[in-house]
Amino acid sequence: MKKKIAFVIKSLPYNRETSRLGLTHAIASQSVDVYLDEGDMIEPVVCFIGDGVLNCLKDQQCMKHYNNTSMETHIKNALLVDLQVYICKEDIERFGLTKDDIVTDAQEIGADKIAEIVPFDKIQGIMEEVDHLQFF
Amino acid sequence: MGKLTIGTFASLVGSYAMDFAVKLSEAAINKGHEVDLWLSGNATMLSKKGQKSFQDYSYHLKTIEGLSSTGRFNIATCDACSEARGYHKDDTISCCKRNTMDWYLASCFTADRVLMIGGD
Repeated sequence: MKKKIAFVIKSLPYNRETSRLGLTHAIASQSVDVYLDEGDMIEPVVCFIGDGVLNCLKDQQCMKHYNNTSMETHIKNALLVDLQVYICKEDIERFGLTKDDIVTDAQEIGADKIAEIVPFDKIQGIMEEVDHLQFF
Repeated sequence: MGKLTIGTFASLVGSYAMDFAVKLSEAAINKGHEVDLWLSGNATMLSKKGQKSFQDYSYHLKTIEGLSSTGRFNIATCDACSEARGYHKDDTISCCKRNTMDWYLASCFTADRVLMIGGD
């Protein structure tokens, strides 16, 4: 059996640890098998909405200033392990950002998966179809 | 009866989010349900040994020990979040397991309902 869990990240990066915990919990789905019965699996979906889209900015300098892994790197790690990542188009535009400002791939570390910038309607559809929905 | 999984991120003291998570757990257990409570981030403080009750500070140790004694309440704290706060395994209350985040996800898998409390 497969269950879909959506991790909807709406918090700012580096204000609290909330957005990072959302993403690291989603990535933890890669090692959940040890707790599940054979054939069972979790399909995580990560969605960035509202202020949460600022987690997706390119060229974050968190390692330089705080010696912590940036949200940018966490997103790239999520893509590396083939997580589905969606970023709300309207919220990016609300901040005056474009696709060029946003992390959408991690080809430099060998990821094939691409983060998709999609209208909120698409994200709402995902939230309606998943088995469990969690906001961070 | 169903299974409720609660993920919580709020500290023991500092907001009432943890109080709500514990009260909700208690209500569900009292109705005969099963509850898994996952403590991540600052919420790990709920599982620290040596908590004392002071007037106007949240205190839930006796409550969660009572819930655990029902056999239908599982509480687990994030090992990495705890270690990062200098709070080690031998300083964890006996009714609480220390686990990795995948334990929480597995709990979500078997839950009828999942709630995230104090993630703001």
